[in-house]
Amino acid sequence: MSGELRLKKTLFDDQQMRRIVRRMAGQIVERNGGGDDLMLVGIRTRGVPFAESLAAEIERLEGKPLEIGILDITLYRDDFSTIAAQPVVKETRLPGPIDDQTLVLCDDVLYTGRTVRAALDALIDYGRPRSVQLAVMIDRGDRELPIQADYIGKTVSAAADESVEVRFASTDGTDTVMLMAIKRNHG
Amino acid sequence: MAEAIWTRKDLVGIAGLSPAEIQLILDTADSFREVSQRPIKKVPTLRGKTVVNLFFESSTRTRSSFEIAEKRLSADSLNFSSASSSLSKGETLVDTALNLQAMAPDLIVIRHAHPGVPHMLADRVEAGVINAGDGAHEHPTQALLDAFTIRQHKGRLEGLKVSIVGDIEHSRVVRSNIHLLTTMGAQVTLAGPRTMMPVAVDKMGVRTVYNLDDALAGADVIMMLRVQLERQSRLLFPSVKEYFTLFGLTRERLKRAKRDVIIMHPGPMNRGVEIASEVADGRYSVILEQVANGVAVRMAVLYLLAGAQQEAA
Repeated sequence: MSGELRLKKTLFDDQQMRRIVRRMAGQIVERNGGGDDLMLVGIRTRGVPFAESLAAEIERLEGKPLEIGILDITLYRDDFSTIAAQPVVKETRLPGPIDDQTLVLCDDVLYTGRTVRAALDALIDYGRPRSVQLAVMIDRGDRELPIQADYIGKTVSAAADESVEVRFASTDGTDTVMLMAIKRNHG
Repeated sequence: MAEAIWTRKDLVGIAGLSPAEIQLILDTADSFREVSQRPIKKVPTLRGKTVVNLFFESSTRTRSSFEIAEKRLSADSLNFSSASSSLSKGETLVDTALNLQAMAPDLIVIRHAHPGVPHMLADRVEAGVINAGDGAHEHPTQALLDAFTIRQHKGRLEGLKVSIVGDIEHSRVVRSNIHLLTTMGAQVTLAGPRTMMPVAVDKMGVRTVYNLDDALAGADVIMMLRVQLERQSRLLFPSVKEYFTLFGLTRERLKRAKRDVIIMHPGPMNRGVEIASEVADGRYSVILEQVANGVAVRMAVLYLLAGAQQEAA
């Protein structure tokens, strides 16, 4: 994200976020059963704490631990040739083979759909899952690719000069969803 | 955490790189190591990029390592070697460079017998240039993969004692390693016969000793260099047997080293000259890990340089 961010308003607080995650965890279990072939995969960066929160809730519901995978999509981005400074490549870590697994890709915000496109390409290089579903905390619309989520925390509308930022207690110290104004830097 | 950013067009040497830049390459390589462990060892990152491998000096390990790294990043690669290039038909190096540039490659990997050639090329072409060894000057990706391997085993570079043993004077690997290790805060000791020790090398901030035992004592890392037997006509040492007796690393000599020492060698090895087979294949040896890590480090360098290209464009 280029440019400075300024807080416009807080959309959801920690209590609301907790309820949203709880509901989504229930939906994931309801649709898939809490089986051993279910794997949550968080997209770096904030899809990871989101997947962790969902996994913790699913564990509470089903009574058994659920290990999550971490996906770095840097190498699969479609803007490698256009961005000025390339992002730092980080490791992808999946808890086991993904063949015949039901994967739930987790990300904080669904916007253009390009991140999810890259994530799907990355996943397919690791094997052939039985199905891939998508869970997002926030769907802010304005897709540039034909991609939809299976589980949506909240739908919000935001303008092009606004950014929806999700923060998680485990990585940011607090659970909150904020609407920010993007102040473009000169250039 | 402040994200480090790579801005250089070329990687001509280690000299001049900042600790943060070295760290960025090593951290990036850490992530690329995983790609080589997948069933599908390929990512689409450099799709549509062209990399020219220009080898004016023979090389098996370095060239195949670069080639594998390029292929795993989905770049299109093209190999020139001295025997088949027009250089053997009398073309000057600058003309070769300009002709290559006309074909608009994104990166050029070059090895040449003369120091400074990669630098000259980098000044004349728009493509990013990676030095894959220039004479006895530098071999940056070798030093980076050595550092990567050390970090993997020791968890750090700072404060480590690294001893490099052998033909110091004719080694580009040593020069790059000295720059890198001293920049990252390791203590470097060089050991070898006086005939193989360059003058004024101590000005590079290293300790020099002239026997193997002093180099082994207290070292965390021992790096053995290849004795370049093809130079033996210059009589740098009386005989291979004498060299092995004085500077060859054997299991017996190794008893003086620390219990958790690691043994490295940039290859190709002369078994029974600078290193005994039992040591080269023994439990302290990380020589084959160096080769595996070479691919990850070169993927990291290709990735960072290909990305830095865009800023200049």
